[in-house]
Amino acid sequence: MSEPVRFHFDVAGDNFASAGEASVKVKKLLRQLSMDPETIRRVSIAMYEGEINMVIHANGGTADVILYPDRIQIVLSDTGPGIKDVSLAMQEGYSTAKDNVRSLGFGAGMGLPNMKRYTDRMQIESEVGKGTTVTMEVFLPEAAR
Amino acid sequence: MKISTIAELLEAEVLCGEELLENEVHSACGSDMMSDVLAFVKDQAVLLTGLINLQVVRTAEIMDMRCIVFVRGKNPPKEVIEAAEEAGIIVLATTERMYPACGKLYATGLVGGSVSTL
Repeated sequence: MSEPVRFHFDVAGDNFASAGEASVKVKKLLRQLSMDPETIRRVSIAMYEGEINMVIHANGGTADVILYPDRIQIVLSDTGPGIKDVSLAMQEGYSTAKDNVRSLGFGAGMGLPNMKRYTDRMQIESEVGKGTTVTMEVFLPEAAR
Repeated sequence: MKISTIAELLEAEVLCGEELLENEVHSACGSDMMSDVLAFVKDQAVLLTGLINLQVVRTAEIMDMRCIVFVRGKNPPKEVIEAAEEAGIIVLATTERMYPACGKLYATGLVGGSVSTL
């Protein structure tokens, strides 16, 4: 078996303007690989929201996208403040983002719920004061495997 | 509806993508909250918004949108227009407010289209 294709990105935390660049790159790469369009859509939306979260809350982090034969895995890792109450953070509308983030079109408590919505599996490992790792998986449709 | 028709109906200025104005689009959405665009939009090609930061272009790019209409006379910074140009997205700017701008397009046949059910 050959090693799965893997893309790695560093997500800068100091610049809200650049948030999402990695997701746009992933979208283009998946397109070049002629992946299924609906899968590309789901992966890029979920990763984009995750990237925004890392920039808003955790001063950036890393993003890894791994292409397995049957699924695409996205791993977002940061060394930010961590999430105190994950189930609360998962509720639509709950947000700890500051007002300046809201004025930019985010921070309405839709990020994590959107990420869950667009992926088939999502796992959050978080420790307050240490950081957060979100692992998401989107399964490829049978026909595209 | 042709994008040139949208520009005419809204008396909008074309900030970039002039060469793409004859492209046809079939649905649109209006929002200032990009997370809601990411949550609910599916196949809408036009985004009307009063937000003028780079994330609007990135959201449109992620959602495969073809045209951004900045409403309420907002004047986007140069880097926003450059990013849209690079992404092949047409940018229009109108002094209309969000509600009448959406209303005019809807009344002329540009509907809301489907909602993401994911």
